[in-house]
Amino acid sequence: MPNLILRVVSKILIPPIIIFALYVQFHGDFGPGGGFQAGVIFSAAFILYALVFGLDAAENVISTSVLRFLASLGVLIYAGVGIATVFLGGNYLEYTVLASTQVAGQHLGILLVELGVGITVFSVMLLIFFTFAAKGRA
Amino acid sequence: MMQEHLSIFLVILPLVAAPIVAIMPRGRYAWAFSFVVAMVCAVIAGQQLWSVTHHGVISYALGGWAPPWGIEYRIDSVNAFIAVIIAGIAAITLPYALLSVEKEIPEHKQPLFYSAFLLCFAGLLGITQTGDIFNVFVFLEISSLSTYALISMGQKRQALTSAYQYLIMGTLGATFFLIGVGLLYSQTGTLNMMDLAKLLPDVVGLKTVHTGFAFILIGIALKLALFPLHLWLPNAYTYAPTVITVFLAATATKVAVYVMLRILFTIFPDGFVAASPAGDLFIILGIAGVIIASVYAIYQTNVKRLLAYSSVAQIGYIALGIGFATSLGLTASIVHLFNHALMKGALFMAVGAIIYRIGTSHISELNGLGRKMPWTFAAIIIAGLSLIGVPGTAGFISKWYLVLAALEQQAWFAVAIILLGSLLAVIYIGKIVETLYFKPAKEKQTTIQEAPILLLAPTWLLVIANIYFGLNTELTVGIAEQAVQALVGTPK
Amino acid sequence: MDFLIGHYNYWVAIFLMMIGFYTVISHGNLVKKIIGLNIFQVSVFLLYISMSTVTGGAAPIITEGVQLYSNPLPHVLILTAIVVGVATTALGLALVVRIKEAYGTIEEDEIHEQDHSL
Repeated sequence: MPNLILRVVSKILIPPIIIFALYVQFHGDFGPGGGFQAGVIFSAAFILYALVFGLDAAENVISTSVLRFLASLGVLIYAGVGIATVFLGGNYLEYTVLASTQVAGQHLGILLVELGVGITVFSVMLLIFFTFAAKGRA
Repeated sequence: MMQEHLSIFLVILPLVAAPIVAIMPRGRYAWAFSFVVAMVCAVIAGQQLWSVTHHGVISYALGGWAPPWGIEYRIDSVNAFIAVIIAGIAAITLPYALLSVEKEIPEHKQPLFYSAFLLCFAGLLGITQTGDIFNVFVFLEISSLSTYALISMGQKRQALTSAYQYLIMGTLGATFFLIGVGLLYSQTGTLNMMDLAKLLPDVVGLKTVHTGFAFILIGIALKLALFPLHLWLPNAYTYAPTVITVFLAATATKVAVYVMLRILFTIFPDGFVAASPAGDLFIILGIAGVIIASVYAIYQTNVKRLLAYSSVAQIGYIALGIGFATSLGLTASIVHLFNHALMKGALFMAVGAIIYRIGTSHISELNGLGRKMPWTFAAIIIAGLSLIGVPGTAGFISKWYLVLAALEQQAWFAVAIILLGSLLAVIYIGKIVETLYFKPAKEKQTTIQEAPILLLAPTWLLVIANIYFGLNTELTVGIAEQAVQALVGTPK
Repeated sequence: MDFLIGHYNYWVAIFLMMIGFYTVISHGNLVKKIIGLNIFQVSVFLLYISMSTVTGGAAPIITEGVQLYSNPLPHVLILTAIVVGVATTALGLALVVRIKEAYGTIEEDEIHEQDHSL
């Protein structure tokens, strides 16, 4: 069983890390932040969990097949927003047409795209970690 | 309404298909999906070429941000032509892939294999479509990264080391390119190719621009495996899965050549190449590449490796055409791009069919196989003749134009080199033919049969294309001449 | 002297670039090569970022009372390049892991010895 201090500290730390990741994710269109950074921070929470509680426990929380699905989903969200704008009469990734006003459209568009980026970055980071960590298990 | 969006869908389609394919449960589904995507892309690319030659340049502002501030996709006859080569080769390679991949790649890795293949495809198409020089870097890395992964899926463990070697050299090349782009940006403040072409004449005398030019040149030369920066290529082509060798040999270096042409002749002002040492450098390296790589090819004992060295030699011819920097030389280079894709595609496919049957491409194992596999053998002969440059085949056309370009420059030495290169090609193709047909077959190989039709049909499609474009030159040369116009023509 | 100090960002970039480049060329250890490659790439990132600075300019976020901003475009470009760099590093390390499994070593000369190749 892992060290008590490590377990308690990581249990205290993981929720704020996740909250911070979400903040960075959804604050990205106002200030510094965005999908790349948020995805990495989000996955850091899971990696910390895996380091302290073991790989199996972490894979119970989120399995590699789910991660592979999520990694694809993120890209599809991104591309889907682009294709949606084409069907709404704009150019590819022209967010302006997504909502009634130009500013609202840009807001919505970048939010969705960054969400896609965040999901993909998060799941790919975790996948990389899981794949490398599982090498040691065999 | 869709017409104007077709150009962007050419890139988006494989890019979207890649993640979908990655989560498919079985290799066959993944193959079927990829095949449909490649076919659609080939149709779009063909339509795009038609549209460009008939209605002029297509410009597409990504995200509605007008160029030069936003990313612009700008398609003229050069990149439309290159896009047709890539999409066409992908559409022909994928039917071939079904059996070959099932033999060489474990079932659970097949969806990921096709996913990486589509990513590579999307990256290569992206390079051709975009009119933004930084975007070129991004797509270059998309295609390169997926290529490294694909090469490492080869059966032998040497595949891993050759993928690693390619990764190091490819990344160095891409980073050199990045430095060059940064230096150009620091002097002009723009990344749009057309805008660069407009702004560069004012600052072209600056040392920064010259340095940037040199960095870009070396970076791309690494990617296109220009002699002596070709060291990654023979290993990568030898140990990659057969399908990947076919696809890379026919497309990857071609795209790098396209980027080179764009930068040398569209972005930098007229006469810059002729005035700089770059032109002479291309001629010298081209000549050295043709001779040395051909001689290397003769001494190879693995047919795939032999053909890989021959590819380096063919890149030498293309470099020669670039070095002349005349419209005839560039026409020759662009025609050779297309023809080389046809003949190397056919040759690697035929060799792949042999590998499918006997599991190796080592020359000592091929004795007498030509009589067991007559169709495969015939494909090797015809594509080989095309590689040598025999009249009536596609290879003759490009060499003919290259010789014309050399004569125009009165570069007698280059003419001699081109002929010598063809002679050397006779020797190494002859070596394959001799082993395949004239050496007695080994006893254990008596049960070997002709390759399956699914492997033969794509091979012969390319072989027939070799003959067709050898007889009917109107299409290729016509488009290539138009492409050269678009390339060197002064921007509006 | 002004030339030396005025261009100190270039000196740093070139210095790092050469360190990285030399590491890639001279080391036989595959992991060290990747580290060298990383240093090489980072030097280019620094070159871009330092290029974008405008003397006296603020961070490129709209704030009241600020007229002069640094050029944000190179930052965006480098963000992309960093992501590419991360992907390259991950792929390179994955290859090294596989090479270690296949050969039992990550020293270049020992690998060549096993393959009897150049």
